[in-house]
Amino acid sequence: MAETNTGGALLANETEGGEGVTDMIRTSGLVKRYGKVVALDGLDLAVPKGTVFGLLGPNGAGKTTAIRILTTLLEPDEGSVEVAGLDVRKKPGRVRERIGLSGQNAAVDEHLSGYENLEMVGRLYHLGRKRSRARARELLDRFELSEAGDRPAKTYSGGMRRRLDLAAALVAEPEVLFLDEPTTGLDPRSRVQMWETIQELARGGSTVLLTTQYMEEADRLAEDIVVIDRGRKIAHGTSDELKTQIGGERVEVVVASSSDVPAAQAILETLCVGDCQFDEQTRTLTAAVDGGVEALGQVLRRLGDRNVAVVDVGLRRPTLDDVFLSLTGHAAEVADSTDGSSDGSEDERSDVREKEAVR
Amino acid sequence: MSQLTLALADGAVVAKRNLIKIKRLPEVLIWTTMSPIMFVVLFAYVFGNSIQIGGGVSYREFLIAGVFVQTVIFGSTFTGAGLADDMTKGIIDRFRSLPMARSAVLVGRTGSDILYNSISIFVMTLAGLIVGWRIRTSPLEAIGGFLLLLLFSYAVSWIMAYVGLKVSSVEVVQNASFMFIFPITFIANTFVNQDSLPGPLRVFAEWNPVSSVAQAVREAFGNTGGLPEPDVWSLANPIPYTIIWVGIILAIFVPLSVRQYKKTTSR
Repeated sequence: MAETNTGGALLANETEGGEGVTDMIRTSGLVKRYGKVVALDGLDLAVPKGTVFGLLGPNGAGKTTAIRILTTLLEPDEGSVEVAGLDVRKKPGRVRERIGLSGQNAAVDEHLSGYENLEMVGRLYHLGRKRSRARARELLDRFELSEAGDRPAKTYSGGMRRRLDLAAALVAEPEVLFLDEPTTGLDPRSRVQMWETIQELARGGSTVLLTTQYMEEADRLAEDIVVIDRGRKIAHGTSDELKTQIGGERVEVVVASSSDVPAAQAILETLCVGDCQFDEQTRTLTAAVDGGVEALGQVLRRLGDRNVAVVDVGLRRPTLDDVFLSLTGHAAEVADSTDGSSDGSEDERSDVREKEAVR
Repeated sequence: MSQLTLALADGAVVAKRNLIKIKRLPEVLIWTTMSPIMFVVLFAYVFGNSIQIGGGVSYREFLIAGVFVQTVIFGSTFTGAGLADDMTKGIIDRFRSLPMARSAVLVGRTGSDILYNSISIFVMTLAGLIVGWRIRTSPLEAIGGFLLLLLFSYAVSWIMAYVGLKVSSVEVVQNASFMFIFPITFIANTFVNQDSLPGPLRVFAEWNPVSSVAQAVREAFGNTGGLPEPDVWSLANPIPYTIIWVGIILAIFVPLSVRQYKKTTSR
């Protein structure tokens, strides 16, 4: 994760503008309405060249709308949009030459083979026959699809289709890459593979804007994160900054019986600084505390004093889920309100989300 | 590259993609060729013996041109259905995010469907020859007839392209187009002599471009026998009249479809 020297880049609507840095993506006051529903409500973004930028928010926050506008698929109602220094509204054709898009639904032709898909995309980027062919083979190799390259894409697994879709976005070596929820619906293993691929791209100096509803994904991939909710920016910073904003470590307790929740709640409330959550259904209590391990000891001692049976207890760093919860007052996703394994097991959390994504 | 060459070059890439699909889904092609055979055989044997067309021409000879025209018009629904199908797929977002001509998806689709129609015309020709239909003119004139059929079906496929983009559901395209195709192909001289129709229907049939195509094709194949020359301008000059209609349809539906394509996002 990149270090950032700016300490206070957490407030909404703060415009980033590092000296001498060209922004590859810049929007200001972006508004998009669908009838009465406001999908984007004055969104400002600035993505410096060569960075991976995360647009984080729950379903319906406006992430996909933002991507569709940035990639010329949708006209905004208000506001200005610039990609690679070009006005997207005035010069959509020029913008398309310089971007790559990989969407939520793998945008490949299932009857065409992987190779045919990539070759077609190359031709449509006007790379010419020879270069399109060479590029298709190159990308199949790079994404470990060579063996399956001549099979119709409909025989591919979900992860393979996603990789093919990403490969298609990279055919013309675009200056700016848009990834709309690149891992939604993927199994945990494919997700980790996809992350590695994106990290590799980032190391290669690409400018990437990715949207995600997975907190850990933004945490892991993006140097700079904007949290959006209902079409508005509600926070901006690095993942470390976002975590700092809502305090330090969390003590998390799962009690054995729901009748013990009030007692445990009383104990945690005395130690809680800032963000505290109590969920009776899952009998899970979380409190942001000062002085991690010491606080944990205290909690355990007091719980013991009052004979509260504990199933699980632990100390963890705040996740971006916590960031979202404390910023918006509601959970990022319905299922995530129950999200809180004390050891922060990533796989377990992925599974919870996986089910949510499938629904 | 100019807009036109760009549209043609990109359209060719999209057409190639559509043709690869034919290779991957041969059952579609089989059905495409089955229905023309069915039409020829059904009409030849069901109506062939009971309808007298007069003028010393056998009904089987008379009707083949009508079956050809009706079949290529039905074939054009393939364009609408194919586009409606595309619009429900993620691939259309890929296309729209690429620096390709905005019209390329439509140019490619209508272009590849010329091949579809060519195949069904070829199959119908064979089926027709088997049931006793004959070309009684020179090969050159016959080729002219086939080309006119393709030209007209190309124009109609742009109407269907618009319908397909507008409704974006394969089933709706098929049902809606039947409602449109049955009347226009039956209130015409496709299967009967227009003179036998009652008043208003007769006028409609006389000026229906489907009639002029059928008339032109019939003449091109020499299947009019001793039928009297029609005295309505549209049927007396079927080739120019058909070409005027092709021009009108393209002038309206090419820009309309392209505009609709730009507007539509995948659902």
